[in-house]
Amino acid sequence: MSTQNFLLDLAKKCFTAGIIGLAISDNIASFMAVRGSSMSPTLNPHSNSSTGFALDDYVLVQKQNFEDYKVRDVVVFRSPSKYKEKNVRRIAGLPGDSINLPSHDTVTVPHGHCFVIGDNSACSLDSRSSGLIPLGLLCGCVTHIIWPPQRIGEVNSRTNTTLPAVQVHASE
Amino acid sequence: MNGGDIETMRAPKLMLQYALRWKSTAKEVISHSIVFAQFFSLMHLTNAYICSPTLVYGPSMLPTLNFTGDVILVEKLSPLLGKVGPGDVVLVRSPENPRKTITKRIVGVEGDTITFLVDPGSSDRSDSMLVPKGHVWIQGDNIYASNDSRQLGPIPYGLILGKAFCRVWPPEDFGPLRQ
Repeated sequence: MSTQNFLLDLAKKCFTAGIIGLAISDNIASFMAVRGSSMSPTLNPHSNSSTGFALDDYVLVQKQNFEDYKVRDVVVFRSPSKYKEKNVRRIAGLPGDSINLPSHDTVTVPHGHCFVIGDNSACSLDSRSSGLIPLGLLCGCVTHIIWPPQRIGEVNSRTNTTLPAVQVHASE
Repeated sequence: MNGGDIETMRAPKLMLQYALRWKSTAKEVISHSIVFAQFFSLMHLTNAYICSPTLVYGPSMLPTLNFTGDVILVEKLSPLLGKVGPGDVVLVRSPENPRKTITKRIVGVEGDTITFLVDPGSSDRSDSMLVPKGHVWIQGDNIYASNDSRQLGPIPYGLILGKAFCRVWPPEDFGPLRQ
């Protein structure tokens, strides 16, 4: 009888913790592991070494309004071609900005979209090849690295002055 | 002198009493706030993952949904499981303005070739297009007044927020939506 009560109590507590945790991760912030080298050296600087197990960076993803995204923020978004995957890239242009590609094309970012680019521009699939990303697909802004311990710290979003491979002209 | 002694004797007792009182108050506060948090989390969960009511208006879905505004129930589970297909009425976050949502019907999924009238009001020129991977083709039921994939292009699947399945307002039209 007491075992049953104990189990029921435990289940109740787990359920409470679960729903509160899910609500927090949906509305405020969540954790995520970053795989792949498309954002190195900002995230995963050594992921091309072959001992690839404990080297993934875990990052804190903060949810925010669509107006609060700025150029040079590192963002998480759902991949437009595979909706179950999420990608991490840096915003290079917001609506109204025009972007000079290395192929001498100029792209003006239309309403409700953004131009994203990986920090490791040599091996990164981003807006240069697959097109602009609708802002509705953005899931949050990467603000901190929380694992591994020697790399705990803020992701330098506004300090990095040059974006790789493209030139951006702001709208104003 | 004598009174001071009594005071020093009483002080620890009083503090203990205070501590006990505060402990019970704190316990009560914590249990109440947990109940609150539970309530709001449950509400968020129902809204985000099971179903939520949505007000839709506008001419683009005319024979199916009224112009003046209907309240429909939108079920959030099937887009997460990948179970929306052609014929479903879906709620989509607008690619032009992420603050807005639009309600349209899915016409084709990835790999389909869609043939559509470019400008049905003035000419009968038609065009066809292959829907790329991970995208859907959405169109309003009223093709003469609808801003949909014919202008916006294929929509990424990730922008689908939910599948409309039931109308709750106005009451005389209550019931499941026509497919």
